[in-house]
Amino acid sequence: MSYQKSSFRHPRLPVNDLGLTQQAYEGPLSTLCAGCGHDSIGAAIIQACHELSLPPHRIAKLSGIGCSSKAPTYFLNKAHGFNSVHGRMPSIVTGANMANKELTYIGMSGDGDTAAIGMGQFAHVVRRRLNMLYLVANNGVYGLTKGQTSATADRGSKSKKGEDNLLEGIDLATMAIQLGATFVARSFSGDKNELVPLLKAALSHRGFAFIDIISPCVTFNNHPGSTKSYDYVRDHIETASVSDFVPVKEEITSACPVGVTCRDICLHDGSIIRLQQTGDDYDPQNRAEAISAVEHHKAKGEILTGLLYVDPFAEDLHEVLETSDTPLNQLNEQALCPGNDVLQVINDSFR
Amino acid sequence: MQKIQSVNEFVVRFANVNGTGSASANLMFAKALFRMGLPVAPRNEFPSNIQGMPTWYEVRVSEAGHLGRRGGGPDLVVAMNSQSLARDMRSLLPGGYFLYDSTKPLEPEIVREDVNLIGIPISEICLREYEDPRQRQLFKNVIYVGALAALLDIEFEVLKGLVKDQFKGKEKLIIPNIYALELGHQYASVNFDCPLDIRVKRSDKACDQIMIDGNTATALGALYGGATVCGWYPITPSTSVVESFMKYAERLRINPASGKKNYAAVQAEDELAAIGVAIGAAWNGARAFTATSGPGISLMTEFLGLAYFAELPIVLINVQRAGPSTGMPTRTQQPDVLACAYASHGDTKHVLMFPSDPKECFELGAQAFDLAERLQTPVILMSDLDLGMNDHISAPLAWDDQTRYDRGKVLNAEELDEVERFGRYLDVDGDGICYRTYPGTHPTKGAFFTRGTSRDHYAVYSELGDIYVDNVDRLNRKFETAAKILPKAEIQTSKHGKKKKVGLIHYGTTAVAADEAIELLEAKGLAVDSCRIRAFPFGEEVAQFIEDHDLVFVAEQNRDGQMRTLLINELEVNPKELVPVLHYDGLPITARFISEQIETHQQGEPAKTSTLKVASR
Repeated sequence: MSYQKSSFRHPRLPVNDLGLTQQAYEGPLSTLCAGCGHDSIGAAIIQACHELSLPPHRIAKLSGIGCSSKAPTYFLNKAHGFNSVHGRMPSIVTGANMANKELTYIGMSGDGDTAAIGMGQFAHVVRRRLNMLYLVANNGVYGLTKGQTSATADRGSKSKKGEDNLLEGIDLATMAIQLGATFVARSFSGDKNELVPLLKAALSHRGFAFIDIISPCVTFNNHPGSTKSYDYVRDHIETASVSDFVPVKEEITSACPVGVTCRDICLHDGSIIRLQQTGDDYDPQNRAEAISAVEHHKAKGEILTGLLYVDPFAEDLHEVLETSDTPLNQLNEQALCPGNDVLQVINDSFR
Repeated sequence: MQKIQSVNEFVVRFANVNGTGSASANLMFAKALFRMGLPVAPRNEFPSNIQGMPTWYEVRVSEAGHLGRRGGGPDLVVAMNSQSLARDMRSLLPGGYFLYDSTKPLEPEIVREDVNLIGIPISEICLREYEDPRQRQLFKNVIYVGALAALLDIEFEVLKGLVKDQFKGKEKLIIPNIYALELGHQYASVNFDCPLDIRVKRSDKACDQIMIDGNTATALGALYGGATVCGWYPITPSTSVVESFMKYAERLRINPASGKKNYAAVQAEDELAAIGVAIGAAWNGARAFTATSGPGISLMTEFLGLAYFAELPIVLINVQRAGPSTGMPTRTQQPDVLACAYASHGDTKHVLMFPSDPKECFELGAQAFDLAERLQTPVILMSDLDLGMNDHISAPLAWDDQTRYDRGKVLNAEELDEVERFGRYLDVDGDGICYRTYPGTHPTKGAFFTRGTSRDHYAVYSELGDIYVDNVDRLNRKFETAAKILPKAEIQTSKHGKKKKVGLIHYGTTAVAADEAIELLEAKGLAVDSCRIRAFPFGEEVAQFIEDHDLVFVAEQNRDGQMRTLLINELEVNPKELVPVLHYDGLPITARFISEQIETHQQGEPAKTSTLKVASR
């Protein structure tokens, strides 16, 4: 492991529509453990944001506490970040989003931060349908405090000390679907080919997008007997559908491969998610089917990944609250202060 | 039979069953006196309950302008609750008047010899006049207001005007209500020698005033102060701050072109999230607030620590109620001074402001946003249930249209271009306040990580001791800056002659009782100066006031003398120099209580031996 991040990049790195190379989306050297799944997630976010040509400084990255919540430090260093308190990122990002509807909000959380201390806030940011991308780097273990079992650890999964987890694991993806999230996916930090298109689609989705990313902890939860180790996840993964993301500016040129069923889902901005169905053919725009598919695979000991559910045309919180088109943080006295004449009329109503 | 005699100086206490619509009738009574130009102070003593429990409503009228709770028992009781008849009878002053529903005779054992009974068969009248059981209940209240008009000589036209105002838009309710007033008025005129020896007479003492509750005024302060994002969770007695904010914002914060809202109010799942919403919005450059009471403060403490350390400007409105824990949720106190001043773990301190009347709720409520953004730290507005939920006579609210919001030290894109290297926590100006940037400002400069962890001048995480010390010492420097720019304490001096100088420190709603107490003491030849604290950290004038006096009383509404503790701790005052005067039974402190405590102390031992406590009515 090196202590300085090399600034050397290939001189002819591809540039995106903004003329930026991927370097403009990077962050400083990670201090997470070598091989940590979270760094792969960071790399996927960098790639997705670059490919979507999002201006890096128009992204806000928010997190709570834990290894996952440290991760945003290591990507998008042109973006403002907010490393808040444990389990409370959802309320912070709600306020931030209310203040400025024009930025792209990425919330980065973990299984402890979301499924335990932050469960209440998570549930409510989902049902609020805040326009954001909420990521859980899910490793089933508390890393910073050295290896305690978390609330998403599967029942029967073994801890590093060899103890069985006796309690039920929480499935955040099905919870999110039940609570009204309008984009829900599950992925694996070790599968960039799946994760990057999902991230791009989620970032383009208007409304609450949630991706539960299984992200193995190499230090505390990568041993035989763990159901969140690299080996276990690779062996038990079952893909709902292979997704491809087609931005609004591009036409769909590639035909659907022969023998595969494709389903194109158009997002509100005109971009398209193309799903190649594999195995079970279920409709990702049907909540009940999505939950049932996850449960069905879980019963077989499989982890269903890919896009699980999407409702591309649901209202987000700004639409529900009918907030002004100008971001609230840009309004001045003229728009905000009714002035003394109005106040005198108000006084009269109290006489 | 002794009869209390008084024109324009008395207390009427209504005893009702909660959930029967009595509070609005009682408010109509108070407002009628106000519209006759009289200073009046209505106070609702309501239970934490929806329906069926005893509730009281006390109205003090005082042409002299004494509007704190008087205490000592009412001059007139309107006893409409059979559950509390005996207690209400006992509460009355000798020679007072007891208005009751004589449909059912009073039990002889509760009747006192030294009070005047006024029996009106209100239920019987209602039974005769109304078919609908709901109307029979509702109009009872209006009938006794009509009777009081005759008994106390309230101008009937004024009452009619109030009914018309109240039912604007529901015109068909006007005539039945005026009819009910007339029923009461007529019965009293025919059966009693009206007016009584206590009565009102038109005055000009309250002509220019308004009558408004503190929470509405605070909400207007937030609206005029430019608040755009509100995170909230309902809790008595703060709920109406946010409800009023939304009510006015729905009218006054609509974009004329699009019809869309220039604000966002998010009802959160709890107080933790409510303040989180405000913090997130403030981080992103919006003026943001939340409102809560004691139990909410406990929950918000974690986030207050973050906002202090991460230097985020939010406004927190604390409408205090009696604690600890759930305490007495519908009773007033000033019990959160220490919890708010030092909220959260680690070395934290917060800026507090203490409004004492609705006008100040409005002014400090608006100013809080300027101060929070100037100081980049939470500002907590310390109201209380008495101020927040009761109507008070107040000077009219005023706004200077030249006012420009002070958004504090924020760098925009052009300014960032001129900076060689932006350091979020570089104390460029030496006042402890550094420059911040809003997210999304500049493509390549000014981005940083906001965090609750220790960091260096450039917002980079650090656990190096000297970097930590440098940062927390700067926060202290910022607090010193705060002490210089916060509203100064209001100091009033009397003529002392050569006697030893006595001072009285107070704050918030204790002010109205303290001012009256000083008059009471002055009448007895005891001159007392006063210092009304309006903000924490304390300005120099507070330390000076203590130094200038031989003996200083600190009057407040909590058991432990929390402001006194704060003064001792922050100003390094000898505890013996500050004598606590503490009232904490959940009802507002009275002038009698303060003056008696000070008098007793002055007659007795020197300061050090007595701790004046025990709240009594």
